[in-house]
Amino acid sequence: MKKVLVILLLAVLGYYTAVTFFDIGFGQPHFVAGVKPVKDIYLAKTVKPLTVSNAVTSIVVNFRGFDTLGEVTVLFLAVTVLGSVLYKKRHAVGERSVLFNASSIVTAGSKLLFPAIILLGAYVFIHGHLSPGGGFQGGVIIATGFLLMLLAYENYSVSHTALSIVESLAGITFAGVGLLGFMHGGTFLQNFLPAGVLNNLFSGGIIPIIYIAVGFKVAAELTGVIYTVLNEKGESNG
Amino acid sequence: MIYFILISILLLLMIAASVYSIVQKDLLYAVMATGIISLILSILYFLLQAPDVALTEAAIGVALTTIIFVITIRNTVRMEEEGESKEKFKSAVK
Repeated sequence: MKKVLVILLLAVLGYYTAVTFFDIGFGQPHFVAGVKPVKDIYLAKTVKPLTVSNAVTSIVVNFRGFDTLGEVTVLFLAVTVLGSVLYKKRHAVGERSVLFNASSIVTAGSKLLFPAIILLGAYVFIHGHLSPGGGFQGGVIIATGFLLMLLAYENYSVSHTALSIVESLAGITFAGVGLLGFMHGGTFLQNFLPAGVLNNLFSGGIIPIIYIAVGFKVAAELTGVIYTVLNEKGESNG
Repeated sequence: MIYFILISILLLLMIAASVYSIVQKDLLYAVMATGIISLILSILYFLLQAPDVALTEAAIGVALTTIIFVITIRNTVRMEEEGESKEKFKSAVK
């Protein structure tokens, strides 16, 4: 009886999901019949008033900038909850558990690779409006660089205060740039800086500033996650 | 044509890796298989002209998620016990 009920509920759910998806006109020029496609407006505005080479960036940071702020907030909340859950145990255990020491090849190689990884991450988020990539990608690349160092050196440590200061400053920069849009007579996250010349580093208005802030924020948050999880010592066989 | 064959091979590899990660009892190997899935997925994103998503997938899916799972496995249990999980599943279904 219970199984029949479950199957019936699933069938109802599946029916309505299928109906919703069949209504969307995938592959047609008009996504929903009778409405002007928004992609044409976005692509046209990306080149002329905004002068951004990477259309993905112009949509993510400019047209959907508020969504990006929400995403950053979600990541911040997740990191905060993880830190608060693991906080007590980390202080009770103290030292990081090491199964075996990394060989000298790994330690020397990671010391060589670490600056290159950080440079790549910085390049990716500074050039977010010119080439593929952006704040999230660059921040994650920087976090993998710190991960490499944390795995190679058992006593390598990251200052939690520095991480939180960087993260807070980046978040304040993002929200502050958004609020400055009000002062220039627009809306939240309004583009108020000159757009510049296409394909120049200083172009695209507020997009580079926001992406640099997002890059620092994501890098600090994910490095904090890795550091917190790595210092979590198991009770059974850690 | 060669594009189609390449994408088909990559998709088949993804399916094989996901099946392996489900049936494998050693969780460390299963996590490595999921890392391979993410790697192939990022190559597919690149072939489908989405380099932004490919970068994210390569960094998060291949590096960060795999490492966090490996740390979790090191701190908990490595082998999946068959009898216990089946009983748990049965009691959950009832």
